[in-house]
Amino acid sequence: MARAAITVIGAGPAGLAAAVCAAECGRRVVLVDENPLPGGQIWRAKKNLPAIETEPWRRRAQAAGVEWRTGCQAAQATPERLWLESAGEAETLAWEQLILATGARELLLPFPGWTLPNCCGAGGLQALVKAGLAIAGQRVVVAGSGPLTLAVAAYLQQQGARVLLVAEQAAPMQAAAAALLLFSSPARVRQAWRMRDALRGVEIQAGCWVEAAEGAERLQRVRLRRGRRRWSLECDYLACGFGLRPNSELGQLLGCALNAEAGLQVDRWQQTSVARIWCAGDASGVAGVEAALLAGQIAGYAAAGRQDLAAAFIARRDRQQRASRRLLRRLALRQELRRLAADDTWFCRCEDVPIGEAQAYASWREAKLQTRCGMGACQGRICGAAGRFLWGWEAAGVRPPIVPVRVGTLALTETGEAQ
Amino acid sequence: MPEELRIRVNGRELAVAAGTSVAAALLNAGIRGMRRSRTGEPRGPVCGMGACMECRITVDGRAQLRACQLRCREGMEIEC
Ligand SMILES: Cc1cc2nc3c(=O)[nH]c(=O)nc-3n(C[C@H](O)[C@H](O)[C@H](O)COP(=O)(O)OP(=O)(O)OC[C@H]3O[C@@H](n4cnc5c(N)ncnc54)[C@H](O)[C@@H]3O)c2cc1C
Ligand code: FES
Repeated sequence: MARAAITVIGAGPAGLAAAVCAAECGRRVVLVDENPLPGGQIWRAKKNLPAIETEPWRRRAQAAGVEWRTGCQAAQATPERLWLESAGEAETLAWEQLILATGARELLLPFPGWTLPNCCGAGGLQALVKAGLAIAGQRVVVAGSGPLTLAVAAYLQQQGARVLLVAEQAAPMQAAAAALLLFSSPARVRQAWRMRDALRGVEIQAGCWVEAAEGAERLQRVRLRRGRRRWSLECDYLACGFGLRPNSELGQLLGCALNAEAGLQVDRWQQTSVARIWCAGDASGVAGVEAALLAGQIAGYAAAGRQDLAAAFIARRDRQQRASRRLLRRLALRQELRRLAADDTWFCRCEDVPIGEAQAYASWREAKLQTRCGMGACQGRICGAAGRFLWGWEAAGVRPPIVPVRVGTLALTETGEAQ
Repeated sequence: MPEELRIRVNGRELAVAAGTSVAAALLNAGIRGMRRSRTGEPRGPVCGMGACMECRITVDGRAQLRACQLRCREGMEIEC
């Protein structure tokens, strides 16, 4: 029997590592990513310049003959085929074995004014700057939670932004404990140290969060809260994210089971609950770059049938995942964040459904049927995760395609389910 | 020196550095609202990575493309 080709979705650390390992075992590997250059989130290219960390992986991938399909988004999947979209052009790709390394996106939570232009996610603003947004001299408030907000603040400051404040919602003791955990490995110490240098002179407040964004047609100021203290800060951009949530849509379409974090459930070889499908990196639970690289290598070797090679990475992967979980537990989101939005604050940004309307329903499914929330262009990527945090809504089933696709792509779908 | 290219935004010509995304180019030109929401509010990029769909614009007559996931190309015509 001919050995199956392996298709990897996502060229972040996990996907790169998986593609390289599978290809080095002699498998034919196709690596798909919607970005023009590989690297994923943490190693996102700066304009046309790939991040230096991707280079060793890129070289190994090239040497092993990995086929690149960059600028292609996987919009729909069936047990045999993937539908790829690139800037309006569509095509299908048959797959035999699939490794999903689709990473994570930011959790964005509604508060009054969160839909104003220039209110961005934390990683969101960083991504825009890497894509050429001129940030030098701009006044930025970074807020939300997690190690990402600090990394983003450090990056923006290095790019010449004036970071006025980093507001971490976790209480000072929790944030301090999390900061200590940042020093739990040599790589983390180096990263934390570089961040500390860049953040010299930047005000960092724990137990502090944004209550509202204000402005006419665009963000002009944010209202902040810390304990009983409330104040306003004039700024040009808000970079606000509340941690990361796995991109599990493709796997869900293919019937893969979810774990407690709403990531794709995997076994020790990174195999999902569905035969021929593996998952690695943040898509199976957010655990950071080191864990993503280790899990990617395991998935790549395991998919190629080389468990003997994969086994060497398991203990280290487990250690990294435990370390990340310990850190993230410290930064649990506070209750107050559930009550920031007013009744007329938009909950679903695509369909302009206010919180007051959405919260009347017991489940996402019901709210979708009654209010159209989650039925718009983002297919519930933003409000679905918010509803899960705000009201404990279950992740509703995903309907194909996972992103709105062009007529050309739809003509290729056979299910007839897409509108 | 970064290579420069030209795009047109609502009929106005803009010079942008090669490699710049359409979303970044529009923000740099002071265009913060890239689409109007159902109730008519201006909306701009949020996630920067293709997930939120707030940055949708029309490029060369093709509507609903995400400005954050597209690189500027010489001669691109953008409407927003
Ligand atoms: C916005 C953002 C910024 C971050 N910044 C930092 C940082 O500065 N420092 C830090 O330590 N950590 C950062 N992280 C966390 C870090 O990226 C992860 O912990 C780690 O890199 C995960 O790697 P991964 O390979 O699992 O996923 P990712 O690096 O997220 O890569 C996933 C890739 O899959 C692609 N993809 C997803 N779905 C599809 C699809 N349907 N079709 C085609 N391609 C698809 C994406 O375009 C992406 O390139 C960031 C995360 C996010 C979401
Ligand atoms: S900014 Fe979110 S999709 Fe473009």
